[in-house]
Amino acid sequence: MTIDPITLSVIQSGLQQVCDEMDLSFSRAAFSPVIAEANDRSDGIYSAEDGSLISQGAGGLPVFVGTMQYSTRTLIEMIGDGRVPAPEPGDIYIVNDPYLGGTHLMDVRFAMPFYRDGEIFCWLSNTGHWPDTGGAVPGGFSASATSVEQEGLRLPPVRLFKKGKLDGEIYSIICSNIRVSEQRIGDVKAQAAALLVGEERLNRILDRYGDGVVKEAIAELRQRAADQMRANVRLIPDGTYTSIAYVDSDGVVNEPLEIRLAITAQDGELTFDFTGSSKPCMGPMNSVLATTLSSVYLAMRHIFPDVPISAGAFEPLKVLRPEGTFLDAQYPRPVSGCAAEVSQRIAEAVFAALVEALPDRVTAAPAGSSGNFALGGFDPAHNRSFVMYQISGGGYGGNSDHDGLSNGCSTIGISKAPPVEIMEQQFPVLYHRYALREGSGGAGKHRGGFGLDYEIELLRGHATASFVMDHGRFGPQGALGGKDGKPNSVTVWQDGKAMVPEHLSKAQDIPLTPGDRVRVGTPGGGGYGDPDHRDPALVAEDVRLGRYTSEEAKSLFG
Amino acid sequence: MSLSPSIAPAPDTPENVEASNVAGIDVGGTFTDLVLYDSRSRTVRLAKTPTTLDNQAYGVLKALELAETDLRTLDLIVHGTTTTTNAVLERTLCKTGMITTEGFRDVLELGRRTRPNPYGMKGEFKPVIPRDLRLEVPERLYADGTVRLALDEAAFRDAVKRLLDEGCEALVIHFLHSYANPAHEQRAGEIAAEFWPNDNITLGHSLLSESREFERGVTAAINASVQPLLRRYVDRLADQLSEKGYRHDVLVMNGNGGMVSARRVAMEAAKTVMSGPASGVMAAAYTGRRAGIPNLLTYDMGGTSTDVALIRNAEPAVSNEIEIEYAMPIHVPMVDVRTVGAGGGSIARITEAGLLQVGPESAGSTPGPICYGRGGEDPTISDANLLLGRMNPEKLNSVSGTVVLADIEAIFAEKLGQPLGLGAREAAAAVLRIANTRMADAVRMVSVSLGEDPRDYALFAFGGAGPLHATAIARELGVPRVLVPSRPGITNALGCVVADLRHDFVNTVNKPLAELDIGAVHALFDQQAAEGRALIEKEKVEIEELREIYSVDMQFIGQTHLLRVPLSGPRPTLEELQKLFEEAYFNRFRVELPEIKASLVNVNCSVIGRRAEIDLSLLIDPAARKNRLEEALTGHRQVWFNGPVETPIYWRDHLPLAAKIQGPAIVEQMDTTIVIDPGDKAVQDADGNIIIELGAGA
Repeated sequence: MTIDPITLSVIQSGLQQVCDEMDLSFSRAAFSPVIAEANDRSDGIYSAEDGSLISQGAGGLPVFVGTMQYSTRTLIEMIGDGRVPAPEPGDIYIVNDPYLGGTHLMDVRFAMPFYRDGEIFCWLSNTGHWPDTGGAVPGGFSASATSVEQEGLRLPPVRLFKKGKLDGEIYSIICSNIRVSEQRIGDVKAQAAALLVGEERLNRILDRYGDGVVKEAIAELRQRAADQMRANVRLIPDGTYTSIAYVDSDGVVNEPLEIRLAITAQDGELTFDFTGSSKPCMGPMNSVLATTLSSVYLAMRHIFPDVPISAGAFEPLKVLRPEGTFLDAQYPRPVSGCAAEVSQRIAEAVFAALVEALPDRVTAAPAGSSGNFALGGFDPAHNRSFVMYQISGGGYGGNSDHDGLSNGCSTIGISKAPPVEIMEQQFPVLYHRYALREGSGGAGKHRGGFGLDYEIELLRGHATASFVMDHGRFGPQGALGGKDGKPNSVTVWQDGKAMVPEHLSKAQDIPLTPGDRVRVGTPGGGGYGDPDHRDPALVAEDVRLGRYTSEEAKSLFG
Repeated sequence: MSLSPSIAPAPDTPENVEASNVAGIDVGGTFTDLVLYDSRSRTVRLAKTPTTLDNQAYGVLKALELAETDLRTLDLIVHGTTTTTNAVLERTLCKTGMITTEGFRDVLELGRRTRPNPYGMKGEFKPVIPRDLRLEVPERLYADGTVRLALDEAAFRDAVKRLLDEGCEALVIHFLHSYANPAHEQRAGEIAAEFWPNDNITLGHSLLSESREFERGVTAAINASVQPLLRRYVDRLADQLSEKGYRHDVLVMNGNGGMVSARRVAMEAAKTVMSGPASGVMAAAYTGRRAGIPNLLTYDMGGTSTDVALIRNAEPAVSNEIEIEYAMPIHVPMVDVRTVGAGGGSIARITEAGLLQVGPESAGSTPGPICYGRGGEDPTISDANLLLGRMNPEKLNSVSGTVVLADIEAIFAEKLGQPLGLGAREAAAAVLRIANTRMADAVRMVSVSLGEDPRDYALFAFGGAGPLHATAIARELGVPRVLVPSRPGITNALGCVVADLRHDFVNTVNKPLAELDIGAVHALFDQQAAEGRALIEKEKVEIEELREIYSVDMQFIGQTHLLRVPLSGPRPTLEELQKLFEEAYFNRFRVELPEIKASLVNVNCSVIGRRAEIDLSLLIDPAARKNRLEEALTGHRQVWFNGPVETPIYWRDHLPLAAKIQGPAIVEQMDTTIVIDPGDKAVQDADGNIIIELGAGA
């Protein structure tokens, strides 16, 4: 190696900075609240040869760790064999096809070749969650879709920007197929502008250190990230670790889907084998391969957060392709639930498999659902249609150090939940409570965190309620003797009569009239360690603060 | 629509005094600093004494004593305190109860929860008020402020009694949608006042009249739970000062960079959290304006933290959305100071990947860097500076009798040099290079997130370690100049001396431009300005100039982020608003959006009373200054700039006022060390600031 380790560190932080600035620029300029507020986006730098990940913004949505390297790789291959026209400087491709290295249709990816001296040096790419891409239901989360066409507009890689100019013809096709299209131009421009910010910053780094040095540094950093991950993986004694995690149902057929995972640790490498997992399903709880891989990576990053995100970090993690299972969905299987829900069950399977081998690092299972509740309808007071989303957190798993966090966000996200006051301003609803879900934390030496308990009343007009949640059938798993957290619960009151959806955590288009109510309890986290070993003072404290009744405490903690 | 601050000032008679003998006292985490400025005798006295954590007043009195202050002739004391900051960060808060809308007592605990770190599923959160002291009463408003359910006054009385029985010292009343209609909170406040034994009652809408129940609730809860502490502290301090003959009002710094009478400060105690850093930025803005360098990035590096802020045209950037730690928002206007790093105590280590990394772990103040001699064994930034001769190794002896340079050298060689294949000094140089790169990146992010290119700014270096790193960081950022004030180590105390009187007002309008009644906006501006002027006139402080700063927060319809658009006066036309917003948006994002309409969200006005000018050149005793540069030379030593270089060392207090120094050079002074790189040119201006123009660099 000719490059000195100090320059290497400096270039590493320089590349990271390029991505962080892209993230910042994208979020601040975006219109979609999902991007601007919930940071449901990610930006990165990918290699010219095979799209492998060079660097990614630290504040990107965790589930995008890894996915863009597959979409970029697919794009490069398609350009190579002529299926997609080759780029010219200033071109930006748009693609949201889940089967070409994606997640669900709402995650729209932009990819821009980055040129030095007329040659492609690398790719800059970003993903942003658009509020709508057409399909059967506003927002794209149709719990009863049975093919991807029902989920929205599917875009193969096409050049939305040609030589720096937006292609109005392609854009008009997109706009004719999505809802609230008039605001999308703001997101499109923000997403493209973020790539241009990256281009400018990356040019500055290359001008300063030289293209050759940076190229060498990228290769060396990849190697070192791989070494670092290997060193971490060696903390896991050689052997095979297994787990099972369940998705409640696919939304169409009311049967649980199983994720069976066997992780084999050997010589600083982990092999992830999903053999025996359920077959592809009718409803939208299928996962495409890129999302399955990304879910494994993000789970490992939760366990080893110090390893920088790069293709090298993934090298020691071998995921056997789960062919023939719902974790490797093929066209035209519906996939809207993959990024929000299935990904979290995959992460849970990884945690559950490794918690005994790494008891100080891995937690019991977290709530692991985005808790998506959509209410769409008509508000006569403002004479307009509306679509409201309530996403919410749940309890995190207990761990070696402390009890789990209450109302933490999804495992794969970093999103803030919306304030009740803003929801009531914008939509014809009234919240009767927004509270800690008492009793929901799984018992353990360190108990799980508590979920959320909210209840909403429709005030006027009419609306339909849809749910894409999970963990309604089984609560998040306890670990090392800890008990499971309480499962998710949904109750709908229509004309004063209570009803529980058939699929418990998933339902579509339940009609509501004014006065009808929806109550949701999100899952509590799994407990960690034997509940009998919990400090009695902590049990008493939980009772004093009303987190458990004294009867609950007695039966859970002895 | 209510204006903030909505708490009526205590009645007092205007009795302006000539503030010519002023003491600025800043209580920091480690030291209490004092600047005493007497314009009659044209003298400045300084003092530095360890902060007395249990009762900060001892340190304050000690500092006054050290400066031989005659309190009887002192005209004004301006005080910056960390009483409230420490209480919040260490959760040593007063027992406080909250009464809130039925169904919503857990808002404070649930938050808008994310998690403490994007990766890693661990982490805890402790709400400001524990669950058993958060009670609910029946009452409910709709989002438009109309009443759905009237306040249950009997239930409210019971709740108040219960909290009193629990021993609560302060009370928060926080109802949903009180920003739209404060009637329930106000009525509840009246009822509580009937039998609550003190003034420590905070109404949710009073500090922040904006929607978002978590942020408003936390702001109110923090206010209430530090209020009794601050009240006790300032009362005791004022008593002790008056016992010693001080005859005037004590003013206390607020986080917005203005100051307010100690008699009133506790009512809005939350505003004093973060007042220390704000004070330093105010001093920077003041110094920069006088020096003709009004656009500054401030770089305040101390032993345990590094803070950055941006000053545009001598006005510090202000934010209403500061989060002082994870899920702990205080949404009142405060100088936007961001903590970007751990300071001189940041630890350098080799990662599992074999790469050198500096921070985020810090040696803190205990054990601190190796050079503190308190048992620290991890190499830090401060140790690297010593090892490279940037800091005076002789100083080591005065700090610690137990550690010698060879000890530091051995640790660097073993922990960093060996794995990297470098000698101890090369390893130390690498630590500084990595640290400076990271800190420059962090400064850049602050600047970019505020929409500014750092190259259009000068770096204002202060804190004990800021001037050690400033030229390297400026070079990394492409910033052409560095300004080092006379007394970088006591900038916060200077901020107290030069601070303005200031009141900030925010009113939410939230209307598309097309539907906006511009006359109503003009009327709001007038109302804000009038209220601010009235408040300032009540202070017993002489003002040279009273002025207002107007701005609006705007966005494109459908967007959630706001962009602040400064205005030149209170009478903008709709066309001007549209044009200014489009310009600001393009400058910030390089995007034009003629397709989408703009909307005006907030109308902002700050009313500022500027005090008499201070002669900053007096901060270094004019009598001590020598006539020629050579006379300020104290010697030479080997300093590492890409290798050892024999470097002249100057004593700051001896520099002639118009000194010109060619780098490489080191300038030492009591409170800091300034590094001037080879090729840099430094000059001292009339106020005694050192202004370094960067050369091509080492």
